[in-house]
Amino acid sequence: MTKAIEVNGLRREYGERAALDWVGFELGAGQSLVVLGPNGAGKTTLLRILATLLRPSGGEVRVLGCTLPSEAWKLRGRIGYLGHEPLLYRDLTGRENLRFHARLHGIRGERAEARIGELLAAAGMELRADERVAELSAGMRQRLAICRCVLHEPELLLLDEPDSNLDAGGRELARALIGPGAGRTRVVVTHDPERALPDADLVLRLGVDGRAELEPGRAVAA
Amino acid sequence: MNAFAAILGKDLRAELRTLQSLPAMTLFAVTTFVIFRFGLDRTSLSGSLASGVLWTTLLFAAVLGINRLFVAEREEGGFDAIRLAPIDRTALFAAKAAALVVYLLVLEAIAVVAFAFFFLDSAAALPPLLAVMLLADLGLAFAGTLISSMAVNSRARDLLVPLVLLPLVVPLMIAATGASEPLLAAGGPGYERFGTWLAVLALYDLIFGLLGYAVFDFLLED
Repeated sequence: MTKAIEVNGLRREYGERAALDWVGFELGAGQSLVVLGPNGAGKTTLLRILATLLRPSGGEVRVLGCTLPSEAWKLRGRIGYLGHEPLLYRDLTGRENLRFHARLHGIRGERAEARIGELLAAAGMELRADERVAELSAGMRQRLAICRCVLHEPELLLLDEPDSNLDAGGRELARALIGPGAGRTRVVVTHDPERALPDADLVLRLGVDGRAELEPGRAVAA
Repeated sequence: MNAFAAILGKDLRAELRTLQSLPAMTLFAVTTFVIFRFGLDRTSLSGSLASGVLWTTLLFAAVLGINRLFVAEREEGGFDAIRLAPIDRTALFAAKAAALVVYLLVLEAIAVVAFAFFFLDSAAALPPLLAVMLLADLGLAFAGTLISSMAVNSRARDLLVPLVLLPLVVPLMIAATGASEPLLAAGGPGYERFGTWLAVLALYDLIFGLLGYAVFDFLLED
């Protein structure tokens, strides 16, 4: 199986404190890794390193065949990142935000409009797409953020609490866009193991000391 | 070019919708002229005094806009979106500088008319003053964008921008006031050393444009 992510001896320090300490795992293409751990265990730090948004302090990290941080530029446009912030401008409408991100990713004209329309429909946001993001509820913003995350059809999804603020209907719609299957490679950070574990091929448990334990996913769920 | 147009279009659209920077800059400039009008107790200014009053006011009004230039990117995740997209990051620098030039031109369109109303006997100096303003705006935009991008991550942003920017724009202000002084001379515009000062302004623009292009990518790193 092709390796989508290879991490070996990863460390990330904030001053004296180690947020990640000798973390290692491998994830095959099309697999899902669920990252669990208490607050402050370094889950978001790990995701931001994989997204090339943060530099590791040490260790080896390869994502989609690119070594980080030296080849981070080769990964731009290949990752769909859903973080705590929706990466949406509050003073633009949802549709304007998606158009902006489409242009950043080189998707233009009719192709962009068709893709945006398709995603808004899939996220149940067609009727609210022309309202300013500032006027939308947190759940609506999360739906738009999910649209933004998959707009450019990324090879790897990095999802930080993807279900946050979503109601049951929203979670179902989100599952179609960012859930397992369709060959998607996913790293999902969550505080809700009951929902995430059935989809996991691998589970990474991070502790507050920065250490990590890797377990097979479905076996853990069973 | 696509990313540049997307970021510039987004910024101008958001400013038109929210009017967060331009009204404050314009109101500041006009109010300052009123204060000078009564503080100096003069109905007419010329030469170096007129030039100094005009450029000092425009510079401090510009600082208000420069302070806010990257606030949306910082607070709404724009930096992460740019870093994840397959674009040349200097597009952000160029687009922000272009947006600032637009703000400054709009500011000057109103402020210079107010200045002429309060202090000038004739409007003959205004057409050649436009060339000085265009070159000075470019330099202010390049230097301001660079400093604003560095200061935006600091909690002391409002303090840092003027503290760092003002010393850096001293050469720009010397050249702008030097070029404007003969234009605003009593008895009509003169062109003594006008070309020399324009060349100094162009050189300043070139230096800060190249500096921004060279270092901006590093400024976006974590």
